Amino acid sequence: MGELRVIDGGGEVAVTTRLSDLLQWARKWSLFQYPFVTACCGMEFMATAAPRYDIARFGAEAPRFSPRQSDVLWVVGTISQRQGPAVRRIWEQMADPKWVIAFGTCASCGGFYDNYTTIPGVDKVIPVDVYIPGCPPRPEAVLDALMLLQEKIQANDRKPIVVPPKLVPERAPGRTGKGNS
Amino acid sequence: MSQAVVDRLNTQFGERVLGTSDAFGDHEVVIGLEGWVELAQFMKDDADLQMDHFIDLTAVDYPERESARFDLVLMTRSSVTGARMRVRTYVKDGEEPGTLSGVWAGANWAEREVWDMFGIKFKEHPDLRRILLYEEFVGHPLRKDYPIDKAQPLVPYREVGDIEKLPPFGIEEGQPFARIDWESRLAGGDNQVSPAIGVQQGQRRTLSDSEAAEQIQARIAARMAQEATEEGSGD
Repeated sequence: MGELRVIDGGGEVAVTTRLSDLLQWARKWSLFQYPFVTACCGMEFMATAAPRYDIARFGAEAPRFSPRQSDVLWVVGTISQRQGPAVRRIWEQMADPKWVIAFGTCASCGGFYDNYTTIPGVDKVIPVDVYIPGCPPRPEAVLDALMLLQEKIQANDRKPIVVPPKLVPERAPGRTGKGNS
Repeated sequence: MSQAVVDRLNTQFGERVLGTSDAFGDHEVVIGLEGWVELAQFMKDDADLQMDHFIDLTAVDYPERESARFDLVLMTRSSVTGARMRVRTYVKDGEEPGTLSGVWAGANWAEREVWDMFGIKFKEHPDLRRILLYEEFVGHPLRKDYPIDKAQPLVPYREVGDIEKLPPFGIEEGQPFARIDWESRLAGGDNQVSPAIGVQQGQRRTLSDSEAAEQIQARIAARMAQEATEEGSGD
């Protein structure tokens, strides 16, 4: 949370903060999700949502089956041109404040689908807050994205962001002999 | 096993069989368009053949061929004898072969897909609509003359001008193989992104993928050799 001030009244303690900070704090710990799962990334999404990774730690475990009750739209997988109107309409139905996570390379930029039938990134249709690269991304990257989104919500930052990789392939040991010194 | 099917079709249809082949053990019969449905019906009903399993129907586009633009290819199998058979016919652009949906019900959707992708209409098809693409789509994308970069969005793309959120990466990132103007990049030019991206002028890449791949592999090999010599001298 933002700035906290503790007032000790001798036996009774009060904590004050800004109302906006309190609201954002409440929002970031109760992100109801709407999974829009279209492709193979869904398997990794299921792994993330399963008990092992315990997404409930972030208060984001509850899937809503109506966009009107959800806060985060997870776009998981390739979005075809034919699905464009559907995903746009789902996003329009969500109540503010709402966030969108592009899960995987296809949802972020179309992946290797450069053809007549694929939307090159769901951000061509709806605004995206967090991009998760990977084909598919590992659950750890998904949890990174969730924590990034929480930070952005707390800071009231609407600038889109990409989950940074843990390991840059070009700098991996033994790859080129450069960059890891 | 399948050779027996070819022989049977040869005796039954005689001169109307335009050719047969058995490349890699896959037997094939070429039939004129007028015998297309008749041959399919015969293959299914004949007591010896019993081709009761419709596997797939597809087409091949040869835009430069003057006699007939499309090959229509049917794949069938018999669940009784286990024999497989491929039947091919030639279809001119605009010509309408008869539907096989009366022979095998499964041909219904396959013919819709061929119509969707290649624009071949089937006579007397009960429900010839697009099956994969949307009704608003103009053209047939698996025809070779369909522009390789042409998309037809149902929802207009968000314009960069009034976009409230921009993706924090360039358009060439994430699709490193498809969206790069290879010619320009290999020549050291500034134009790194295919000119067809964004403006969608229907331009084709002039450098084929295999050519680009060869050049890139050569460059990587050269760089690795250079780095190896640098490391060796550094030590």
